[in-house]
Amino acid sequence: MTLDEMAGRCGEWLKGCGPESDIVMSSRIRLARNLADYPFIRRCTDIDRANIESTVRERLNKDERLADLTFINVADLEVLDRQFLVERQLISREHANSDGARAVAIDQQERLSLMVNEEDHLRIQVMKSGLDLASAWDQINELDDRIESRLTYAFHPKLGYLTACPTNVGTGMRVSVLVHLPALVITQQIEKVFRSLQKINLVVRGLYGEGTQAMGDFYQVSNQITLGKSEQDLIEQVGDVIPVVIDYERKARDFLVNEKQNDLFDQVSRAYGTLQNAQQISSEETMFLLSRVRMGINLGLIGNLEIPEINQLFIHTQPAHLQKISRTELTTDQRNIERANYLHDQLKLDSGTDAEKN
Amino acid sequence: MKCQKCQKQATFHITDLTGDDLLALHLCPDCAKQYLKTEDSPQEVPTMSGLLSQQLKPLEQAAEDLRELDSKECPICGISFFEFRQAGRLGCPHDYVFFGSELEPLLINVHGDNQHIGKQPKRGVRDTESQTELIRLRRQMKEVVEQEDYEKATELRDKIRKIEGEGQSGD
Repeated sequence: MTLDEMAGRCGEWLKGCGPESDIVMSSRIRLARNLADYPFIRRCTDIDRANIESTVRERLNKDERLADLTFINVADLEVLDRQFLVERQLISREHANSDGARAVAIDQQERLSLMVNEEDHLRIQVMKSGLDLASAWDQINELDDRIESRLTYAFHPKLGYLTACPTNVGTGMRVSVLVHLPALVITQQIEKVFRSLQKINLVVRGLYGEGTQAMGDFYQVSNQITLGKSEQDLIEQVGDVIPVVIDYERKARDFLVNEKQNDLFDQVSRAYGTLQNAQQISSEETMFLLSRVRMGINLGLIGNLEIPEINQLFIHTQPAHLQKISRTELTTDQRNIERANYLHDQLKLDSGTDAEKN
Repeated sequence: MKCQKCQKQATFHITDLTGDDLLALHLCPDCAKQYLKTEDSPQEVPTMSGLLSQQLKPLEQAAEDLRELDSKECPICGISFFEFRQAGRLGCPHDYVFFGSELEPLLINVHGDNQHIGKQPKRGVRDTESQTELIRLRRQMKEVVEQEDYEKATELRDKIRKIEGEGQSGD
């Protein structure tokens, strides 16, 4: 599997299936793990980093299931390709921008990614479409067992899995659910929802994790605590609150449909029209408008477009994807024109017949 | 549509449900930002260095004590407490033992707990001491190679291989 082959399609977490997928984009669990016989990344020499990478690669290759993973040497990638992997949520921005030997192993469906030499030696991640934490846990737990049978993790009987940052020690687990909350944003209730989530020790971030702005009204809700609670407890802590957030969003949508129908229809139609007809458009504006259209589809206001297609547009209109798909390097201005062309093509096709689509 | 507060194009259409009455607002991006700001912004997630400085405050009066703590160095990876304090990242697994008493209140502060109750490695916890010993030996090895002390390097290499071999046989 090459990056160019990946560019045209999308990861399974964008398929728009699974429970509550009108509001919940994806469910994700990651585990932070370190090898017992190397220093943490900060104190690693170049040789240590290279050894960690090759050891992980060799040991995983011995496992019949893990040997199928595609191992990508991130240090050797062009900036554009690294950005491409960030946009697909397969590596973090920190992993893309750091120095030294580092890699990522991914499966064909992009359901799992295993970053080597990020903040910790290993960052294992499983992604599912919709609200589906239970099966994400089953998968990552099994994967973790397989890796652990071949590598000795740094583990302390009292403190659990040891991590470079004390905020991750214990389970090393972050459970995170990516939700689309445009109606709560429009009705200006989003801050209130966040404040109540923070009171119960949950963290809210933007689409691309720590420190990123909420783009396209997407928010990641995740646990903050990792020590002193079991993995099941942490999954429940996040899993139990998401239905409440979903309910708030649905109520806000109902309010807009019932009380603000004209405004809502107007906003959705304008957003759709702009995306279809713009001659140049920025990434930010695209995300903003796609968010409106996505809600419009869920409310039945736009009939000829499906959720998986719009999910894919969120990713495919981002800078690195746009350049990979068009197979040219583009400046910001050129990208804005290319993005408008791409959207025009995609959204025009969708209003045609199925035969035209294929 | 024009912004209600200035003459720019209104692109934000806000419905405020916080009061008793519904409030519909049509604002330009700048005014919308300003308007939304008046809602008190959510608390920042506490940062590691913030928590640490909070915890170390009483110590700051006794500059001497802080200086002493800062210069404490892990014998395995060589990280000083000062470096950890600056970076918020530890240097090796052994730091959790070596800086144990300093980290304890920090862990309680962050997690509200200091005892892991989740998953454990299936194979049981292996001899972690020999694993951390490897970290120390490799560091020494790098130093002696830099000093071109090849006799010592050979000795260290054999020690490293021996421990690595023991680790492998457990697989």
